[in-house]
Amino acid sequence: MISTLGTDIVFGKLLPLDYVPLALQDPDPFKMFELDPEMVVLSDKPWNIEAKAHMLDDTITPNKVMFVRNNGIIPENIDLDNWSLTIDGESVSKSKTYSIQELKTKFKSYTYQLLLECGGNGRSEFDPPAKGNQWTVGAVSCASWTGVRLRDVLEDAGIKKNAVYIGYHAADLHLSRDPGKEPISRGVPMSKALQDETLLAYQMNGTDIPLAHGHPLRLVAGGWPASVSGKWINRISIRDKIHDGEKMEGSSYRMPCKPVAPGEKVPDEEMCIIESMPVKSLITYPKSGAILPKGKRLKIRGHAWAGELQVAQMHYSIDFGATWISCPVERPINRLAWQHFSADITFPQEGYYEVWAKATDSRGVSQPMLLPGWNPKGYLNNACHRIAVKIT
Amino acid sequence: MKEPKYWKRSRGAYRILIIISALMVIVAVAAIFFLKEGTTSNDENIPSNAEYTSVPSTSDDPDQIVDGIHVRTGLIEAEGMMAVVNNCTNCHSAQYVMQNRMDKDRWIATIRWMQKTQNLWDLGENEAIIVNYLVTNYPIINKGRREALSHVEWYDLKD
Repeated sequence: MISTLGTDIVFGKLLPLDYVPLALQDPDPFKMFELDPEMVVLSDKPWNIEAKAHMLDDTITPNKVMFVRNNGIIPENIDLDNWSLTIDGESVSKSKTYSIQELKTKFKSYTYQLLLECGGNGRSEFDPPAKGNQWTVGAVSCASWTGVRLRDVLEDAGIKKNAVYIGYHAADLHLSRDPGKEPISRGVPMSKALQDETLLAYQMNGTDIPLAHGHPLRLVAGGWPASVSGKWINRISIRDKIHDGEKMEGSSYRMPCKPVAPGEKVPDEEMCIIESMPVKSLITYPKSGAILPKGKRLKIRGHAWAGELQVAQMHYSIDFGATWISCPVERPINRLAWQHFSADITFPQEGYYEVWAKATDSRGVSQPMLLPGWNPKGYLNNACHRIAVKIT
Repeated sequence: MKEPKYWKRSRGAYRILIIISALMVIVAVAAIFFLKEGTTSNDENIPSNAEYTSVPSTSDDPDQIVDGIHVRTGLIEAEGMMAVVNNCTNCHSAQYVMQNRMDKDRWIATIRWMQKTQNLWDLGENEAIIVNYLVTNYPIINKGRREALSHVEWYDLKD
């Protein structure tokens, strides 16, 4: 609660346990989640809020511009002292439960900057339109996450040889408030669960994770659709099969196994689970719409990322892709963090321009200028980002 | 013997009641008069432009319409709107509805999915009304393979 309010509650101990302070009842999401007033609310029930490209200029994404994605209702009462994480499932040696304090003291903590992008970021561009929140470009973040390695905790409980997948369970409520339903319960294959950077995080950017981002415990699996980075985690099951929780099956977070024509109906059994997100980049400076006098150089900058891979090259174009100019891109601070690029551009004459950015991953795969393959749920739009510029 | 005394006492009580009621009526009439004066003079300070009229009112009416928009949900006022409000905004925001542009078949498929997995009830004859409202008021916009940049807010870049 303190992390949501960003302050201690004086006489907080005297509050009845089930009392929600007025600040949390406030329907104004900007106050409630401490957001930049320029954030765009796509839906207020559940809360789905995104940033605009120029707001994401920071190297490490601060809370105020971090996209908020919810499938259900944010837990209303977090009892930190009695919060526990249970490791169970068909493939756990012995089911085990940990308090937050136990996790913090028993296991070594690690901090990584991890890229989280909504699988549906960019959905609004698909034609015919795809169902779901119509994210534009701002459902992406790279914050600094601190926590214990999921691997250390899973190994402490014991992983049986037949383990295939982990699936998370969390404290959020289904929109219908039916306690028998989970809003979302996704997971990752064991290979991803056991990576160094896959964390059970309790801090974001050096302080308790804000409520909207999963306080008190979040699974963070960078580079994959952010929906696998479950919030408000209270149970992780080690499964002997692919996890079959809510939003794992059907068409959720799945792409057609074989490419399909725009608008084509795809049977569920021909949809495959999304794993690593594709290569992508975002120009975060300047904001689209800059007017410059002739002869002045334009410095641009932004971030690029490539899911499980690294960004190997960065290019920009001011002539709609007729020519591409290479520009420097930094190495990531750690695996699965976004990388920063910059360029210094001169324009040949007055007029209207668009600056397009294109990242290429370590396997030589680049962002497309047009929309990538259409899919029923509008995932994985990694088309080049561009900004408008006028030279006068 | 007791009855006349009772009557005498109650007549006294009635008199007091009548006086109190009369005073209340006078105060009420005066209050209405003065308050009305007050609001009339305030009205002169409120600009009567369109921007003002589109500000959501603080009215208690949950189904108030301003400029053709249902204030509480943001839905377009048209035939079938209340069926959408009553059946589609209990669990999720109307923004979930308005963001999505689908044809009749895909809306029906979405309704079936909600009925199968999300606790949505049988919509009965409202189903056709709802789907008709959605495809009419929130039609599919063709975007092609990549849209032109639009709504660019131009500004002079300093530094």
